[in-house]
Amino acid sequence: MNSQSSFAEYLASIKSGIAQPVFGSHGGSEIDAPHGTTIVAVRYNKGVIMAGDRRATTGNIIAQRDMQKVYPTDEFSVVGIAGTAGLAIELVKLFQVELEHYEKIEGTSLSLDGKANRLSSLLRGNLGMAMQGLAVMPLLAGFDSARSVGRIFSYDVTGGRYEEHDFYAVGSGAHFARGSLKKLSSIIQEQDDAITVAIEALYDAADDDSATGGPDVNRGIYPLVYSVDKSGVVEMDAPRIEALSRKMLQRRSVNPNGGTSTAGISGDRS
Amino acid sequence: MSMPYYVSPEQVIADKAEFASKGIKRGRSVIVQSCSDGILFVADNPSRALHKVGEIYDRIGFAAVGKYNEFESLRVAGVRLADMRGYSYDRADVTVRTIANAYAQTLGSIFIDAAKPYEVEIAVAEVGFDVDHDQLYRISFDGSVHDQAGFICMGGDSESMSASISEQFRIDHSVSEALKIAIRVLRGDAPHDDLEMAFLDRSRPRRTFVRFDQSHIADLVK
Repeated sequence: MNSQSSFAEYLASIKSGIAQPVFGSHGGSEIDAPHGTTIVAVRYNKGVIMAGDRRATTGNIIAQRDMQKVYPTDEFSVVGIAGTAGLAIELVKLFQVELEHYEKIEGTSLSLDGKANRLSSLLRGNLGMAMQGLAVMPLLAGFDSARSVGRIFSYDVTGGRYEEHDFYAVGSGAHFARGSLKKLSSIIQEQDDAITVAIEALYDAADDDSATGGPDVNRGIYPLVYSVDKSGVVEMDAPRIEALSRKMLQRRSVNPNGGTSTAGISGDRS
Repeated sequence: MSMPYYVSPEQVIADKAEFASKGIKRGRSVIVQSCSDGILFVADNPSRALHKVGEIYDRIGFAAVGKYNEFESLRVAGVRLADMRGYSYDRADVTVRTIANAYAQTLGSIFIDAAKPYEVEIAVAEVGFDVDHDQLYRISFDGSVHDQAGFICMGGDSESMSASISEQFRIDHSVSEALKIAIRVLRGDAPHDDLEMAFLDRSRPRRTFVRFDQSHIADLVK
């Protein structure tokens, strides 16, 4: 890569005090910083959606109820973050500038694989912090214009990048969310199906993981959902997510464990 | 040891200025125009890949005339400065005045220190939330900055083009009217498919810079 088009490399080269991200190792004991919890991504026939619960926790304390954990990173990609919130948000911010910088310098945007690789190397820079317990777990979803499909990439703390097939989840509630997604993903066709399945999966994560927040009807806090398709990234409007969440809660009041047979998920198609 | 010939500073500066302005006058022209919908950039540029107009930041655009390699390195420096400031502070803290000042400093010191001055003239513009808050700056090869209201003409024949634009220019023009004026001034009735056009769209959120392709231009000038 031409280093002129990489903002992160430029940043590292000038060592300016105000702007340096803290990536790199440092001494001292473990820090009790807020953690983001569960993010899910699901492919559908025209693209991919990503949804995140809204909770951040510090130990057993709820640090924030309405946190944003899914961010649009350019016109055709979104990143969801789990793990140490402060570092994760900084990583996303750097990744956003990195993509925009490349686009402006080169006059064209990176391919989706290029974006996935850049995120990989930015993440690798955080390995020192991860080894002290401050890991960042991003999930990348984007629309590949060359192939005309939505794609999902997961990462490990060493920057390893893995392409996922139809769905994936990261964060403390990810095991439960993935179990849920595995059972429901076969019914997904349209965008509404994908959103419903994502909301179901987040509910299952919140059901069994204390760090993941469920839909908060009293405060009107629902998962944050973004879709990416050939026309770009769109944030799903809150009333739509609220309506789909309330329907899901009704189904769960009859059948607390959920499931396709009694869920009538396909009935939510609008 | 041989003595170098003495040349007076006045003579050095006059020679450099003449050299640089000659290079710029040979070049093709660029027009930057403020209008009710935003700020329009029109450049006489047959190349579709080597741009004379570019995006600096959310509401800031760049245009240049002169030597491509020289203004391209200035454009890249501008993007870096803007991205750096936006990353360190906030997106709202990136202003065209900062960028214009940095360009003035850079061009000024190159003009004095380097053996050969840059043969470029650049314009940076920031689209405001209304037309009264648009800012247009023209920076010359010697680092002098001009804060211009309404429009900027640069490159070969810029005086006569400026004169004919000022006759037709109105701040409340729509983008299509502004585009028609720019085309008329640059091309008259001749075909205009070798003009590069871009726009800072006042109504767009966040990144306002858009390039106009030929089909969009055809719609606008209809």
